[in-house]
Formats: sequence, structure tokens, C-alpha cells
Amino acid sequence: MFKKLFPLLLLVPLSGCAGGNWGWYVVDPTTTSGYNNVWFLLTGLYYTVLLSVTAIVISIVIGLLVALPGLSTNKYLRGFNRVYVEFVRAVPILVLILWVYYGLPQLAGIAIGVFWAGVIALALSDSAFEAEIFRAGIQSIDKGQYEASHSISLNYYDTMRFVILPQAIRRILPALGNQLVYMLKMSSLVSVIGMQELTRKANELVVTEYRPLEIYTILVLEYLVLILIVSAGVRWLERRMQTDERN
Amino acid sequence: MTKNDQTALIEIESVSKFFGSFQALKSVSLNVTKGERVVVCGPSGSGKSTLIRCINQLEQHEEGDITVDGITHDGAAKSLNAIRQKVGMVFQQFNLFPHLSVLDNLTLGPVRARGMSKADAEKLAMQYLERVRIPEQSDKFPRQLSGGQQQRVAIARSLCMEPQIMLFDEPTSALDPEMINEVLDVMTELASSGMTMIVVTHEMGFARRVADTMVFMDHGEIVEVAPPEKFFKQPDSARCQDFLQKILHH
Repeated sequence: MFKKLFPLLLLVPLSGCAGGNWGWYVVDPTTTSGYNNVWFLLTGLYYTVLLSVTAIVISIVIGLLVALPGLSTNKYLRGFNRVYVEFVRAVPILVLILWVYYGLPQLAGIAIGVFWAGVIALALSDSAFEAEIFRAGIQSIDKGQYEASHSISLNYYDTMRFVILPQAIRRILPALGNQLVYMLKMSSLVSVIGMQELTRKANELVVTEYRPLEIYTILVLEYLVLILIVSAGVRWLERRMQTDERN
Repeated sequence: MTKNDQTALIEIESVSKFFGSFQALKSVSLNVTKGERVVVCGPSGSGKSTLIRCINQLEQHEEGDITVDGITHDGAAKSLNAIRQKVGMVFQQFNLFPHLSVLDNLTLGPVRARGMSKADAEKLAMQYLERVRIPEQSDKFPRQLSGGQQQRVAIARSLCMEPQIMLFDEPTSALDPEMINEVLDVMTELASSGMTMIVVTHEMGFARRVADTMVFMDHGEIVEVAPPEKFFKQPDSARCQDFLQKILHH
């Protein structure tokens, strides 16, 4: 057993060597078919990235719109926030994807494409988490900041936009980065409704090439690289925003 | 405190304020005329801060009326905004916006709440930074400044709204001793320019120099109102005498 797993742990030769049980020829870019296969796998990046980025942007907007009523003194607004968060958070992402793609068209009477079904499901699911992150971030801002804003006659919108949110977003940036990473990974679930993203591409190639080990290993590496890039980006943004404040 | 001598700029009439079952203000009445400098003192928890925070409604009172320059707080956003435009406030903890430069701290209000252009607001801001004597710090961020400098920026930020009344809520209590005077000097200068001021402070030297009227509060009530000469020499109430004993002879 250990002998079989050992090469996998080392994630050895991604080159053309086809030793042991490995069949790296499937993804050997020096051969025509290998090159085509690698290219086929990589084309999934486009939809994985587009889907995740679109979904995270929408989920941040919804998250903020849901978080703000949660901070109100009005108990009905707070109630709306609670119900939304608890309800949406309770639905598994895969279930939401299936419901939006197969169920929602029946309810709404319009067809929803695979891409938008994926975006809607991912964005909704994530928005509940974003809402909680925003709420925590905004609540962490000292109440003196509100009082100072009131005392110079800023209205609610200006207070939020120019005083509270810029400070809150700096604080929640690591958490928002986490959510983006999470979103990238969860986008793989949209493959079940036929979205041509990374995971779907890999599945399709496995069906024709019968080389799951090699192809899924490549898939793992694709996500790994993507997420390392995102992490680096978020850290860069964090540093930049902090120097803004501290100089 | 009669209404017939001069028209009052601020009228506080039988104001009561509760925090849960605790009554922070017990039917407090006070009039402040234009240009008057009022210093409010009293033991902690006596309701001094609460009283001035009610004037611009950082705290909402439950009973009584507060009228500022003819506008009465009626719970509506319109009157609230009109009053806040007239009233500036300086806080114990400065409450500067840490993510904005000094200049942006000062221009935010004029640009967003008074509709000034960015250029005009910056000109105005520099003018008030000169007045609090730190124009050279305009590009810095609050946390690069000393406490005294931060509080002077906070005073300038309030002045940029060109208020008729300035409220000071223990402006020197969070400062290191060597920085207290630079803030008091700015406040004294402001007082001599004719600004209507209500100052909650324990700085009795400043009070003696600047105040027209001394107010002593205890347990949510105004116990004594007197001009400083009388207030410091022979206050009427025993509670006030006791307080002054403690604060002046420590």
C-alpha cells in the first residue's frame, strides 16, 4: 500500500517518464495528443475563474446589503438578517446548485443557463457567510467613529462609505480572501450541471483516456496554483492597505 | 438663567435621560446665550457628558426640550441635521478617522455635508490647521501625531463645519500632562474669538480664565450655576464646596 502511494506523495515526474503504474504520456506536452490533453484541461480555467470571480463580487454586494440591516436598531430589519443568514447557510451548496438549475426555471418560468445557475447558487450560498463577515467587521469599529461622523453632520450613507466601511474592509480582508479561496474550490461542484470548468474538463478527459490518477493529479495542481496566486494577491492587498494607514 | 436678559442660543428645558432604569439626567434646565463660555464640572457619573451629548443628540433624551438656535429636537432627521450643522463637538478620545490623512479628516465634512468643492474645503482646512498651529502635519495620518496634535486636529475638524457652538467633552482627559496646555491654548484662543462653548473639564485653571458661567452637576442634576468668581470663592451648595475642596487641593 505504502509502495503504491509513495510516488504520489512525491508528486514525481510531471515529465514524460512513464514508470511504474503512472501513465504520464496522457499529459505529456511533447506529444501531440498529450499537448492537446493538457490544453483541454487548461481551458477549464477560464470558466472556473470567471464563475468564481463573478460569484464572489455578487456575494459581496448581497452580503453587505444583508449585513447592514443586521446592525440596525430596528428588530424587524435584524430579523430579516437572521432569517436570511440562517436559512441560506443551512442549504448545502451542491443542493442549491441543483435547485437553481433544475428547480428555479420551473418556478420562474424561464430557462437559466449553466453559467448563471452556477453563479446564482454560489453567490447566494456565499452571501450568508459574507454577511456575517461584514457584520463582524463593522461591529468591530469603535462607536466614537460614528459619533465623530454624526458630529460633522455626515448622513448614514456617507458615514458608512467614507468612515466605517473603509476601516471594516481592512480588518476583514483576510476573511474575504478565505471566502474567495473557498469559492474557487466550490466552483468545482458546478461541474455536475455541465459547466465546462476545470473539474468537468478533467472528468471528460478521464472518460476518454482512462487515466484518472494522472489527470486528477493535474487537476489538484491546477487548483493549488490558482489558490496560491489568490493568496499572494490577498496578502499583497493587505500589505498595501496597511501601509496606507500606518505609513 | 432667566430668559429675559438675552436670547438663548441653547435652551435646555427639564430634560431627563434614562439608561435603562438608571436616570442619568433629572429634569435638567440650562440656557446658554450667544458667545457665552460655560464650563461644566462635577464628579464622574454626574451626567456632564450625557448633558452635552444630548445637545447634538448623540444621546436621545426622553423628557423635556432642547432648542438650538430656534430649532427644537423633535426626533425628525431634518431638525437633527440642522442642529448638528450648528454644533461642533470634540471628544475625549479624539475620534479622528485613522484611515484618512489629517487633511482628509478635515475636508470630509465640508465636502459631504456642506457641499463644498474639494479645493475650497482644502483651503478652509489649511486655514483652520494654521489656527490650531499644525499646518505642516496636513499630509500625515492621525497615528503619526502626538495626542495633543491629534486633539488639535479634532478641534480643527469641528471648526471646518463652521459651527456656532462648540461642545468639548473632557478634551484633555486622555492626554499626557505635557500636552494638555497646547490643547487648552487653542481652546482659550477660540474662546477669545467669541465662540459659544460648553466645556466639560476638570481643568479648573482653564475654567477660571475662560468661563463666563460655571455649572456644577451631581447625580444627574445641576446643583450650582454661578460666575467663576463666586463659584470658586463661595459656592452655595455643600456638595459643590466638597467637590471643589477635593479637586483644588489634591
